[in-house]
Amino acid sequence: MRYLSALSLIRSLVLLLPLAVIVTLSVGTIEISFDQMIQSAIASVTGSETNSQIAVILWDIRLPRVVLALMVGAVLAVLGAVMQGLFRNALADPSLIGVSGGASVGAGLMIVLAGGWLVSPIAGLSLVALGAFLGGFITTLVVYRVATSNLGTSVTTMLLAGIAIGALAGAANSLLSYFSDNQMLRQISVWQMGSLSGANWLKVSIMSVICLCLIVQLPSQAKALNALLLGESEARYLGINVQCIKRKLIFLTALGVGVSVALAGMIGFVGLVVPHTIRLMIGPDHRWLLPASALAGAILMIIADCIARIAVLPAELPTGILTALIGAPFFVALLLRQRRDI
Amino acid sequence: MSMIAENISLHLSGFDLLRHIDLTVEAGKVTALVGPNGAGKSSLLKVLTGDLKPTCGRLLLNDRDLEQWPLTDRANLLAVLPQHTTLNFPFTASEVVELGCVSHLTGYTRDREITTSALDLVDASYLQKRLYTQMSGGEKQRVQLARVLAQIWSPSDLGQQFLVLDEPSSAFDLSHQQMILDIVRQFANRGVGVLMVLHDLNLAAKCADNLVVINGGAIEVQGAPEDVLTEQLIEKVFGVKSSITRHPVTQTPLVIT
Repeated sequence: MRYLSALSLIRSLVLLLPLAVIVTLSVGTIEISFDQMIQSAIASVTGSETNSQIAVILWDIRLPRVVLALMVGAVLAVLGAVMQGLFRNALADPSLIGVSGGASVGAGLMIVLAGGWLVSPIAGLSLVALGAFLGGFITTLVVYRVATSNLGTSVTTMLLAGIAIGALAGAANSLLSYFSDNQMLRQISVWQMGSLSGANWLKVSIMSVICLCLIVQLPSQAKALNALLLGESEARYLGINVQCIKRKLIFLTALGVGVSVALAGMIGFVGLVVPHTIRLMIGPDHRWLLPASALAGAILMIIADCIARIAVLPAELPTGILTALIGAPFFVALLLRQRRDI
Repeated sequence: MSMIAENISLHLSGFDLLRHIDLTVEAGKVTALVGPNGAGKSSLLKVLTGDLKPTCGRLLLNDRDLEQWPLTDRANLLAVLPQHTTLNFPFTASEVVELGCVSHLTGYTRDREITTSALDLVDASYLQKRLYTQMSGGEKQRVQLARVLAQIWSPSDLGQQFLVLDEPSSAFDLSHQQMILDIVRQFANRGVGVLMVLHDLNLAAKCADNLVVINGGAIEVQGAPEDVLTEQLIEKVFGVKSSITRHPVTQTPLVIT
């Protein structure tokens, strides 16, 4: 039996999300009350003069950051659900297809080789972000090519190729760290912890294009993903064009995770555990699993990033640490509960 | 209208798995495929269902090349139950059966009706809300059977429909073995062409209109069960001495070993 009906879970998540946004907008070094938020919003719409310090904090610092967190969390979680469905393995996550490992090498390379350029970002985006995206995307394509023969793409081979390439990426990273100076070393390791501190509206716009892409593409794949859980032959017998769907989903994952990693660094855990947790609660039907995972991922990310901002004021923690710190105990509690039920 | 394999050969990683197979699965008839382990039964099913491309030969589904059917149209004509389906995700039985309706365009309400009736037919109504991962082997097999039946539950205006079952009764108890024979006959009477792999010769003799014996990748003999099943054939194909009598009630051949 299941704990929750899908609809009631989604309903509560939909209610929780704006609440999380408002709360996280208000907390920080300077507290901003809900009233001040409303006033500032009205003022910026009507163009009248108001407390400019609050307006700057709210609209140029906190809001883009919260929106970016929301979108990165949603994208990572929903693509985690997609990968778990595609690999028919509840322990799969986007890093399996090499995207995270590749991104990490790309970012590392940029930090070590182009160290001097880092301070002069191109159009608001650092070379590190570009390197991370290219690294992640290219690695996924390589893994996909290795696993694709004229008989189609073997997900098992892809999994193994992903592990091999991941190991290779790990070695490359160690090598880069070994040859970098203290400053670079720190940059590499901080990047790998993931952080949203550099959020701005440009990053938000890039991320929203990705989100739009996924919102258009994914819902129509939910039924196919359900059928794929039976096995590839079975899905084909049910009229699903398996190869076409695999190609599309892997491309979308490489794109979505690549951009997320480029903009926010390595955020672990969200892609693996959010969909897994949601599945334990409402079952594996992707028509509900995908939206619920996106919402839960967004909420987890917003809360994690908020705590990262305020935990050690005036400094701040990398967000990637917090997602694991918050999510892991919750996941363990869920596993314990499930064990008790069996 | 029928499902036809013409001169099919399959050569895979250095082995001749199938050699010059000619087989017609007629609509409205039950065709049973028997043979020793490794004879090529499953390979033949994989070729017939489009999973493996034959090295040479032709496959026709309702007078049209199997490859040329669009996938969703094909799904509405040809339902396949593989020997094993590994589903490790906790769908309920109803959700599994509903997956059989993916290719239908008749709407959610109709899908629900089909799901309920299909589960009822395989004696699994009581499983509706149960999780697939927590079912017994026989229950899983019945739910998968219901899913495949749901896929071709309503007649299609694209042509005759076909049902391919690979050892559908391997995990069934006696009453459910009888149940599957009844279901298969019921679908055949509706005009569906059935092809199934069976291991139990007596079960095959009881239900088949056309019994196909396959051995070493080629068809040894095919025809009505009473013509096909002889003591010489069973000794030749299975290497087992047997005697054949008549079933006292159904008069079908009964193999005693």
